[in-house]
Parts: sequence; structure tokens; C-alpha cells
Amino acid sequence: MSAVTAEHDHHDHGPAKGLLRWVVTTNHKDIGTLYLVFSLAMFFVGGTMALIIRSELFEPGMQFVNPQFFNSMTTMHALVMVFGAVMPAFVGLANWMIPMMIGAPDMALPRMNNMSFWMLVAGILLLASTFFMEGGAPAAGWTMYPPLVLQTGNALPFAIFSVHLLGISSIMGAINIIATIFNMRAPAMSLMKMPLFVWTWLITAFLLVAIMPVFAGAVTMLLTDRFFDTSFFDAAGGGDPVLYQHIFWFFGHPEVYVMILPTFGVASQIIPVFARKPLFGYSSMVFATAAIAFLSFIVWAHHMFTVGMPMAGELYFMYATMLIAIPTGVKIFNWTATMWKGAMTFEAPMLFSIAFVVLFTMGGFTGLMMALAPLDFQYHDTYFIVAHFHYTLVPASVFMIMAAGYFWLPKWTGNMYDEKLAKLHFWLSAISVNILFFPQHFLGLAGMPRRIPDYAVQFADWNMISSIGAFIYGPSQLIFVYIVYKTIKGGTGEKVTDEVWEGAKEHSLEWTLPSPAPYHTFSTPPKEVPTLSTSRS
Amino acid sequence: MSTNDAYYIPNKAVWPVVGTGGLVILFAGFANYLNGNAIGGWFMLLGLAVFIVMLAAWFTMQANESEAGQYNHGVGISYRMGMMWFIYSEIMFFAVFFGTLWYTRNLSVPWLAGVGDGPGRSSAMLWEGFKDVWPTNGPGNVGGEFEEMGAFGLPFLNTLLLLSSGVTCTWAHHGLLAKNRDQLIKGLIATVTLGFLFVGFQAIEYYEAYHEMGLTLGSGVYGSTFFMLTGFHGFHVCVGAIMLSVVLFRSWKGHFTPENHFAFEGAAWYWHFVDVVWLGLFIFVYIL
Repeated sequence: MSAVTAEHDHHDHGPAKGLLRWVVTTNHKDIGTLYLVFSLAMFFVGGTMALIIRSELFEPGMQFVNPQFFNSMTTMHALVMVFGAVMPAFVGLANWMIPMMIGAPDMALPRMNNMSFWMLVAGILLLASTFFMEGGAPAAGWTMYPPLVLQTGNALPFAIFSVHLLGISSIMGAINIIATIFNMRAPAMSLMKMPLFVWTWLITAFLLVAIMPVFAGAVTMLLTDRFFDTSFFDAAGGGDPVLYQHIFWFFGHPEVYVMILPTFGVASQIIPVFARKPLFGYSSMVFATAAIAFLSFIVWAHHMFTVGMPMAGELYFMYATMLIAIPTGVKIFNWTATMWKGAMTFEAPMLFSIAFVVLFTMGGFTGLMMALAPLDFQYHDTYFIVAHFHYTLVPASVFMIMAAGYFWLPKWTGNMYDEKLAKLHFWLSAISVNILFFPQHFLGLAGMPRRIPDYAVQFADWNMISSIGAFIYGPSQLIFVYIVYKTIKGGTGEKVTDEVWEGAKEHSLEWTLPSPAPYHTFSTPPKEVPTLSTSRS
Repeated sequence: MSTNDAYYIPNKAVWPVVGTGGLVILFAGFANYLNGNAIGGWFMLLGLAVFIVMLAAWFTMQANESEAGQYNHGVGISYRMGMMWFIYSEIMFFAVFFGTLWYTRNLSVPWLAGVGDGPGRSSAMLWEGFKDVWPTNGPGNVGGEFEEMGAFGLPFLNTLLLLSSGVTCTWAHHGLLAKNRDQLIKGLIATVTLGFLFVGFQAIEYYEAYHEMGLTLGSGVYGSTFFMLTGFHGFHVCVGAIMLSVVLFRSWKGHFTPENHFAFEGAAWYWHFVDVVWLGLFIFVYIL
């Protein structure tokens, strides 16, 4: 480690021996694998919490858990899924794919990359430790609104410091991605030749660097309000609890786009390959992504329509929010147009992508409904919002993470996954996810509030159906684990080509590399890169 | 495989993991301390010690690698980008507290005093007689009577100190570029001295606030915003001054050339950032 004299210049660039390899590694593929494995584990941890929630809601009345624990479950489910599962999964994909897609040997700042991963683990461990504390795990919702959250027991400072660690981790990861994309591209890889996954991650990284410090600042004020006598969120001292909501959602709205923009990027990689056509409207995709990212900073208070804002605020945030439908519509249109008259085949990654386009559109439309301030007074804090954001997160982000897994596993391992099982996994997921979340729209419209362990009997039927969907969706994800494991261990036995998917070389650089890809990707920059923009320039 | 080509790949390192461990011990200790377990304080110290050892070891490793000529031009650019975006994230962190100050002065305090109230006069019912004035410790008179911190005593002196330190820092940089070692080292000594003087005067200011003016972190929203903004800034001045001290030490050891001195540049950027934040503080916290 400290042997850094010039004659040791070229020593041991291969992996270290044994388990230590994973601790001290600076290799983008190792770190990407760590991220992906960790996020998959957290997906099941958070999923178990979701199943506890759905068990309790299977019938009206109190069944299994006490209300305090139920609230901990909703809070921790959200925190674990957002910060432990979805975000790290995309960072893992970024680690694996960005250097391969831009013709680089590794990330720009590999040691910081390692630290970024371990900070994530540390943050999640600190968060998980709160389960064993006096007063239980945080139960005031993942948004941690004061004054309620200030009533948390011993868990509060741990949850806050956990957010700090996760923030440091994300900022370091994002800085690394920005530096990699700006500084490590092959000379031939101009910005407008970058694959969409790289573009969406670049823009996501800008969001992360801008918002994670904001969240850190907000929770720091929670900490001082609780332990150091400050009055930021206390009206008696001249402060305002609504201020926290403004700061939180200034972070929180871009944060949800952090989880969706890379999703768009993955879809934009997969759909052209299986439609056997170039991506329709490459440059409009880039600009739409940038537009969505920009708008995400100026719409935050649509999460707070019922908080008592002045009318001008309500109207501004309503119209600004509706604007987002335009660039998002451009994207949906482009994916559809890419498939139009394509020579399509329906392997698992493509199936997930098509489901994503359809179901995400639905999640987008319910978002539009809630953007309308007068209507939101009805929907606010009901199961309608729960249905909305789960449609944008599960059949969108989670589906596309798994699609990315199927799409790139052959490149990573050199082995083919079991297509039959993957299709089974897809159909079980696609059907059950709708059984799970679609009825929640009806519950919300009928007025069932979110974050409650019990409900009026009129909501019983749809809740039961929703829970049944959950108990199909959850266990069927184990198929994915089995497929991944089997693929790593040799898969179907069929060795894949470098290209893996027919014609994939024309879409992105990673398919020009051997399968599995070498430990260090490009030791010298590639001379030629695919042209993605179809416009003549 | 050989990497004897255009790209630089660093060796594996144990320090990222050690640093993470240190930070976790520090945070877990602090949280325990806040929950009333005295032992948490010791864990804080332990974590801090581990973290400092990590920083020293990691930066020594980097400095040695740099002096051994392992870094090419591209690595330097990556480091500069990293520093730039790190400073950007710091700007966003301060933006939260400036935003809080703005919101409090322009929205929450006026609202509590009844600005914009409809016919029902809800604020009069809750907080009768509360006036929209600044500074305030709120309708609850939280923390008791206090005096406002004036701008033209120590704070103005501190402004002059910090602005001069920006000048001496740039002067040192010119010395480095002109291979004038004497100017480099003198400039850095001046900068670091001015920086620590600033922190010293701020400590006196805080002492007076607490012991003579009744102004504390608990003095309602004025005390909260005042100490949060100036406190975090003071912390950043300390960090910047320590960074520049390390750069001074390395300059004294003969590191840095006009072409290769990222450490100097990074620390200097950080120092100017801290400088600019102070100007914002002086205007919005002290003067207005």
C-alpha cells in the first residue's frame, strides 16, 4: 500500500488475494460488483419490510405488529430502498459500464470510489442499528418532518449521522462520475457520441452534488433543534417547521429524479438493441434529460400543496410541475418511435423495457394528476400517492435495474443467463406488480390515508388484493437471484460472443470488448466509437 | 497487465476503508454522547484519531506518489475536477443556511407577526403583540434577552484579515509559478497566520456573545442562524488553514513545481471559497 517508489510503479494491478480483494480494491468492476451485490441484498431487506407492511394491511384491524413498529417499517422500508437499494444499484451499474462505454481503463478517482462504497455500507449499518435502540427505529416517515421526528428515541442522532454518511458517499460517487466522464473519454468520444446511459448519469451526478449537501444541512438543523437548543423549526423561537419541508423537498424532488434518470439511460441502451434500430432522436433525449433535471430544482413545493402556502406559490408550483410532462413525453415518444417498425425480438431485457415504458407512463400520468393543486388536496397523503411513486419506482427503476442485469450479465461473466427462467421472472413480476399497486389508486381516491396500520372496513377488498400481489411479487424476485447466481457459475453453458446481442456493437463500446471484459477495460483508448446521433451534422 | 501507457491506474489502498471506519466510530460515538452516554465522547475521540491518522497517511502516500512522478497530466485534471465539484457541494451546504436566514427574515417571522393574515387574525390569537423585527428570538422570547452582534468591531477586522489572506495566498501562488521559493513560503506563512488569527478573533467574539451579550445558540432563530452560519464557516476556515499548513510544510520540503502543484491549487481554491462565503456572511448576517 505504501510501497510507492518508482520501481514499484507497475506492480500488482491485478486483484488482491482472497477476501481482502474486495476491501482494498480500486477497480471499477470490483467496486461495481460490490455495489450491485449490496443493493440486491438491501432490496430483499427493504422488501421484507414491505411484506411486513402488506401482511399487517391484509385485513382491517391489528394483526401482527404494533403501530409504532408499523411506522418504523414504512420509514425504514423507504430509506433502505432509496438509499440502500435503488441508488447503489445505479451507482454499481455506472461503475461497471461508464468506463467501458467511454473507452476508459477505470474511473477517474479509484481510491475515492472505494471509500464511496464503504461509506454507503457504514451509513446503512448505522441506520440498521437503530432497530435495537430504546424507542425503536425512526418512525416519522423517510421525510423526517419536524416536529414529529424530534420525538424519535435514541435512534434520532444515529439516523441523522447515517444520512450524513450516505450523503458523503453519494457526493464522492457523483464527483467521481463527473470527473470520469469529462476527463477519461477516449479522444474520439465527443460528448454527443456518448451513450445515453452515460449522459443520464452525468446529469444525475450533477443533481447529486447539488442536493446531498442540502439534505445534510436539513438534518443537521434537526440535530441542533433537538440537542443544541436552536429554533430553526420552532415557531416559538421565530422558526418554522414548514421551512424543513421546503429544504427537504428541494433535496427530495431532484432525489427522486436521481432514481429515474439512470433508469431512462438503461432503457435507452436496451430498446435500440432489441429493436435493431438506432435510438430515435438521440439529441432530443439528451436535452430532455437535461430539461427534466433543471425542472426538478424548481418544482419542490408540489409535495406541500396542503401545507398552507400563499396562492401564488400554489399556482407557480402547479404550472412548473406540469411542464415536466413535456420532456418526459419526448422520452416516451422517442422510445416508442425507436421500436416503431423495428425488427424486434423479446428477450428478457426488452420485455422489462417495454413494461417499463408502459407502466412508467402510467406513473407519469398519476403524477400529472397530483400536480394539479386543487385535485391534490384530495389525493394528498393518501394511497394514491403511494401508488403513484411505486409505479415510477418499481416497474420503472427496479424493472430497469433487473433488465440491466440481464442485458449486461453476459458481458460481465461471459456466460448466458437462462432465458426461460428470466421470462418466467418477467411475467410473474409484471403481472403481480400491477395486482400489488394498481388497487392502491382506488384506495387513495376513496380516501385511505398512507402510513397507517389499520383502516376502515370499506378499504378491505382492495387491500387484500394488493397484499396478494405483494406476496407474489416479493418471492418471485428470488428467481432473479437464482438466475444471476447460475449465470456467474457458468449459466447455460453457452459461451457468448463479444457482441452478445446481435448488432449491439453499433450502439455502444462495451460490446467491442471481450466477454467477460478484462480487469482493466481499455488500456489504450479505442480509435473509433459508434455514432448515435442520426441527424446529419 | 501493464499500464505503461497513456492511462494511470493507482495501487490498491487500505486508507479509504480505515477512514470510513474512523468516521463511523466518530459518528456513532457522537450519537451515543448525545443520547447521554458519556462513553460516547471517548469513542468520538478514538474515531477522530483514526480519521486524522488516515488523512495523514493517505495524503503522505499521494504526496510521495506525486513526487515520484507517477501522476500524468490527466490525473492532475481529474484531481482538479474533484476539488472543484467538492467545493460546489460545499457551496450548496452553505446555501441551505443562507436560505434558512432568508426564509426566516422574509417569511416566517413576518408571518408570525401577522403579515398576510386574513380576517381571522390567527397570529394575533396565538402570538399577540409579536412584532416583525430583526433580530428576534421569536414570540416565545426563547433564550431570554440578548444583544445584536454589531458589524463594525471584530467582524470588520476579521473581514480585513480574511481578505488580506486571499491576497497573500495569491502572492504565494505567483511566487510558486515564478520559482521564487522565498516568496512562496513567506506568502503561505502570512496566509496561514492570518487564517488562524481570524479563528482566534472569532473565538473572542463568541466568548463575548455568550458571556456579555446573552447571545447563544439558543437565542431563538437569530442565535440559531448566527451561530450556525458563522460556526460552520469558522470550521471551514480551520480546515482551510490546516490544508494550507500542509501545503506550507510541503513547500518547505521542496515539493511543487510551476507545472505540478495540485495540492497548492486545491487548497488555494478552498481558501478563496471560504473567503467568499465570509463576504456573504458579513453582508447578510452582520450588516443587513
